[in-house]
Amino acid sequence: MDAHIQVKNLVAYYGKQQALKNINIEIPKNQITVIMGPSGCGKTTLLKTFNRFFELTENTTLTGEVLVDGQNIYDKDVDVTEVRKVVGLLAQRPSPLPMSIYENVVYGMNIHRMKKDRREYKEAVKHYLEIAGLWEEVQKRLHDPATSLSIGQQQRLCLARGLAVEPEIILGDEPTSALDPISSQNIESRLIELKQQYTTVIVTHTLRQAKRLADYVIYMYMGEVVESGPAKEVFNNPQHKRTKQYLEGLF
Amino acid sequence: MKFLKQPWQRRHLVEAFMKFIMRVSLVFVAGALGLILWIVVVRGLPALSWSMITQIPKGGYYMGKEGGILNAIIGSLYLATGGTALAMIFSIPIALYLKTYLGDSQWGHYVRLSLDVLWGIPSIVYGAFGFTLMIAFGLRASLLAGIIILALIELPIMTRAMDEVIRRMPVDLEHAALALGSTKLEVALRVVIRQMLPGITTAILLGFGRGIGDAASVLFTAGYTDRIVTSLMRPTASLPLAVFFQLGSPYPEVQRRGYAAALILTIIVLAVSLGSRWISARLNKYTIK
Repeated sequence: MDAHIQVKNLVAYYGKQQALKNINIEIPKNQITVIMGPSGCGKTTLLKTFNRFFELTENTTLTGEVLVDGQNIYDKDVDVTEVRKVVGLLAQRPSPLPMSIYENVVYGMNIHRMKKDRREYKEAVKHYLEIAGLWEEVQKRLHDPATSLSIGQQQRLCLARGLAVEPEIILGDEPTSALDPISSQNIESRLIELKQQYTTVIVTHTLRQAKRLADYVIYMYMGEVVESGPAKEVFNNPQHKRTKQYLEGLF
Repeated sequence: MKFLKQPWQRRHLVEAFMKFIMRVSLVFVAGALGLILWIVVVRGLPALSWSMITQIPKGGYYMGKEGGILNAIIGSLYLATGGTALAMIFSIPIALYLKTYLGDSQWGHYVRLSLDVLWGIPSIVYGAFGFTLMIAFGLRASLLAGIIILALIELPIMTRAMDEVIRRMPVDLEHAALALGSTKLEVALRVVIRQMLPGITTAILLGFGRGIGDAASVLFTAGYTDRIVTSLMRPTASLPLAVFFQLGSPYPEVQRRGYAAALILTIIVLAVSLGSRWISARLNKYTIK
């Protein structure tokens, strides 16, 4: 397997509460990996360690390694802003920045000085809004506040904004849980379209979504990885009793 | 009937009573404001004349002869604008630092506490403090000293006003910017400040209003003069003191001019208030609620 992210001996605590117990997994490149498991199993915590968001919560401790392309992102001389540029995040609820639709997409490219002039920015905004499937709807009102969009549109704007900084990995923390079914479907199809170019890691608590999206599955329970492997194998022939129970909907 | 109104039920009575108390309070406050405006207008308007706002006091002005208070109008505008601008220069970085790097930590708590204490100090104490410093440095009352003292008075008000706005900022917003690889400073300067713009205008309004209306602090530090101030190092007149001196006069026509000066002061504050509301409403367009 061509692993894009490797997690080695990862242990995480919130205060004295252990959230992750010695995680060792690999996440394949340019596929959709779905992390699933019951509430409180540590799936979101694990996701947050991939873009160094775990440390934003106060009073947390973390040991072990997360390697992206073989480089440990918890090394002392790692620039956390570079990590977050490479590892993008699609949050649970869309949170547009307090500016126009256009400026939202430009924001990331601007802080990383990725484009030379206005024309390049304009082209890039169009490009990424098209990828996110939003261009048709917003091309005539690019300078309206981002909050004037519907929640579903806002989430696609957040996708465009995230893609605009040219990440290699997209993390999704239950990215459709705040959306209506049609918007959810829309986001799901974007993610499937994009998986050729990006390594995608999605946390979800809906089994059906996991089955629709996953190429690779990680099943977690009580802070541990119970089982991981290609989606077909895990869904059709789970090796562990707990995975089987979860898939059968017993909890 | 199943849904019949029962106005004599206890919870409905309590609601009606509480509503009554709230309305009475509202009427009291609105009445007080109305009364203040009414008195200032009724007493000040007849004495308000074109020469009052276009001329400086001429010989015998304080005994009821020709002249105006242009010196005080200009002095007050300089003092309040200068003080507010100076306070802005310091309060925006403090507010951003509080948010970005101190947060709700122990140090953040201490900084907020000291700002709140400063807010509560009477302006006469600021005036006395400024006066002591000026004596120590051998300086005389001047526009600059007045501006500095007003900035000190306005600083805690403006900083805390901004701080309260920033603290209400949703944490998701900050995380969204961080997730794109922003540094904390970029979050502060590009996102927090955008979100904070309406708050800044409110802070300016509060600071300016306090600054232009303050008599005690400028009495010691800016002095008073009948001439229009031309240099930062010269003393200057101000509207609150113009009101104070003229109202203290035994001549009825001078007293009326005191009310007219108060009316001018009120109009300026009202204009700034409405202006900043207008600006605030336009800046509000992009903020995340």
